[in-house]
Amino acid sequence: MDLQTIHLKINGSEEQLIIPTNMTLLHLIREELALTGTKNGCEAGECGACTVLVNGKAVNSCMVLAVECDGAEVLTVEGLTGNGELERLQKSFIELNAIQCGFCTPGMLISAYALLLRNPNPSESDIREALVGNLCRCTGYDRIIKAVQKAVES
Amino acid sequence: MINPLPRLPNFEYIRLDTIEATVQFLKEHASQTRAFLGGTDTFVAMRDRRLKPKYLVDLKHLAGFNTLHFDPGEGLTIGAAVCLNQLISAEAVKDNYPVLVEAAKHVGGYQLRNRATLVGNLCNASPCGDTIGPSILYNGIANIIGPGGKRIVPLEEFFLGPGKTILDEGEIVQAISFPLPPKGNKGTYVCIGRTKLADLAIAGVTVMGAPDQNAASGFCFRIALTAVAPTVILVDEAKRCLANQPIHAAVLQEAAQIAMDRCKPISDVRASQAYRREMVHNLTFLALQEVWSALEKQS
Repeated sequence: MDLQTIHLKINGSEEQLIIPTNMTLLHLIREELALTGTKNGCEAGECGACTVLVNGKAVNSCMVLAVECDGAEVLTVEGLTGNGELERLQKSFIELNAIQCGFCTPGMLISAYALLLRNPNPSESDIREALVGNLCRCTGYDRIIKAVQKAVES
Repeated sequence: MINPLPRLPNFEYIRLDTIEATVQFLKEHASQTRAFLGGTDTFVAMRDRRLKPKYLVDLKHLAGFNTLHFDPGEGLTIGAAVCLNQLISAEAVKDNYPVLVEAAKHVGGYQLRNRATLVGNLCNASPCGDTIGPSILYNGIANIIGPGGKRIVPLEEFFLGPGKTILDEGEIVQAISFPLPPKGNKGTYVCIGRTKLADLAIAGVTVMGAPDQNAASGFCFRIALTAVAPTVILVDEAKRCLANQPIHAAVLQEAAQIAMDRCKPISDVRASQAYRREMVHNLTFLALQEVWSALEKQS
């Protein structure tokens, strides 16, 4: 097994890790760093449950090699909460019950967070388009869209 | 279904400083090596054990690979590592090559497009690649570098079959360049999938049209069909049909019928052969109507 040392900043914390080259960012986050908010769904870049931000951009962490993230800054759903205060998207998801089983929620939150970073005032169709890559098997899309809209208004 | 083979097989990750060193490495280890950009197709194939390279060579950092450049006199060049979201949000691409933007939006979800690239989508040579039709009809050219040096190949000649291109062992595509589209060019990409966006196309139709004084109809149309044959089909007979007579609804129907007769789809898990053929007819007609109406509006 080929090993490499990488440095990365995850949710504000600096890490130095020795990892196998065939490890994905998803496995690094969940298994090496025990940040299990990021979910492992399809492992094929289709469901969006593993979405995280790498250098401010949303990516499917199952589709990124951990070694490619040497020097990168990664944000997972755990990093959305600053000083114990929930992020506005998290609050609006709770207020509108935009969560059923919850499996897709971390990916939805990160995709929506990434949308608001690049477009602070998105239309409903912008929100729908931004969440195309996030599947909700409970099919609770309507409330998820409304929760993002509510977060925008707040 | 839970993926029974979730882990990637072992490989050595190679990231060399220069294009020359990368090409040399690819030449020496051609049969054991896979070059990759976003990895969105490569990693899935590796996980399914359809691909087991000993070396995985990253190309994303190489000089010029991240450059998207538009010259109003020359046209557009898109570096191999430029991700689809970069392409979609570039004003020069939106203004001058809107059909490419339209097609790129059909590839995966937003977060996948932060990794997926135009060059990757083309080199993967899937029969249903969304960007293939527009890239060919915008007269895209592959800028290739390999052990034998550099060469350029029009995308029209690039595809040989599912997953097969004219790239020789050790060769990589550095960039795709597009000349300026003809004046007054209008086009569209329409496709049908199980969902509106993000799904693989069951049938895809690209139509482009531009004013042409040499044609009896006054216009030159081109039609490319994807996902309905092993490689893209350029429907030249329909092009002639639309050039040689004044255009009205019946002529558009005739061209759509020609497109349907030319396609050679398969039946698979996503759609039957018969359904795909019908859809080629309907999508071609709708696309021709849209482009024809846009051309009429501007004339």
